[in-house]
Amino acid sequence: MRKNIVLALILASISAPAFAETPTFEIVIKEHKFNPSTVNIPAGQKVKLVIKNQDPTPEEFESHDFNREKVIAGNSEGLIFVGPLDAGEYKFFGEFHEKTAQGKIVAK
Amino acid sequence: MIASFIICFREFLEIAIIISIVFAATRGVCGNVRWIGIGVLGGLAGSALIAVFANKISSSMEGMGQEIFNAGILGIAVVMLVWTVVWMQSHGRALAQKMKQVGKAVCEGDASLYSLAAVVSVAMWREGAEIVLFMAGILSSSSESVISIFAGAAAGAMLAVIVGVLLYFGLIKLSTRHLFSVTSGLLILLACGMSAQVAGYLNAADILPALGQVWDSSWLLAQDSIVGKILHAMLGYSERPSGIQLTFYIGTFGLIYFLLKITKKVSHEK
Repeated sequence: MRKNIVLALILASISAPAFAETPTFEIVIKEHKFNPSTVNIPAGQKVKLVIKNQDPTPEEFESHDFNREKVIAGNSEGLIFVGPLDAGEYKFFGEFHEKTAQGKIVAK
Repeated sequence: MIASFIICFREFLEIAIIISIVFAATRGVCGNVRWIGIGVLGGLAGSALIAVFANKISSSMEGMGQEIFNAGILGIAVVMLVWTVVWMQSHGRALAQKMKQVGKAVCEGDASLYSLAAVVSVAMWREGAEIVLFMAGILSSSSESVISIFAGAAAGAMLAVIVGVLLYFGLIKLSTRHLFSVTSGLLILLACGMSAQVAGYLNAADILPALGQVWDSSWLLAQDSIVGKILHAMLGYSERPSGIQLTFYIGTFGLIYFLLKITKKVSHEK
């Protein structure tokens, strides 16, 4: 009986990650600015960023700090996987409008 | 005008450097201007097409279409570069010697021309679509005049061309014998750098793991600086390379080294 319980616990702990969903965060681009401009994410975990470009013109979401770049057409959205990242701050920007499109990810 | 100048300079710079290296590598080969010209035209046409379909490409493959597409076309470029380098080893030296004997350009069909023209096209697709999308966006949304925007863009492109031309003349200053090995070396580094980019895109598409960040040299040389961009284009310099990128870089170098070694052996045994 005890063997079965142990086996069940082991199977449950192995399959638990499969059921866990990737944390998803939304960032809106409007008037060439990011909203929110600071995104808090859990450290050490892969996350999903959904970038919603509400401007009519394209933007290139880019970050040297976490090594991603992607062009998002006007009035469209794009998906970006980030991490797992160590705790810290990571900047991102919109390459087409660098002056105003600035933001950062804070991993805790 | 400043924005279009800076962005056009940055994006065109990478293309200009690759074209210079290809021109230097095919110097003396008959028809190199024509074939590289074909490569450039293919690059322009492809860039415009990709820009038009950017949204469709991006949202395909569960939202990772852009990354997979970029990984795919760069992967093709890597294969072409590896093939070219290996082919040049067996045929190139003979051609260079012939050129020395005959004293002028050797006019034979040169397979390296076709593959390098393809590399030029692919390199242009990578950057070109971004340039097209950026220009389309800026032209429709900016309060600046069209002339001012285009002036900035043209100036940026011309400056990139100047850097490319300087690089080309710097390369051909070497004698014919050194030119061959130097340009072969540059093509090899180009292949390794592009291979690392493929790894980066596959990681971004969540297909390959990052395997950690190997180093952060942004304090030493920012990838966004002019020198950083040049080194990125020429040898794949990255200020924050991931483990998987470094693996692909070294792996590609090793593969080319191995292929050169065994083909050398085969041609000696003939």
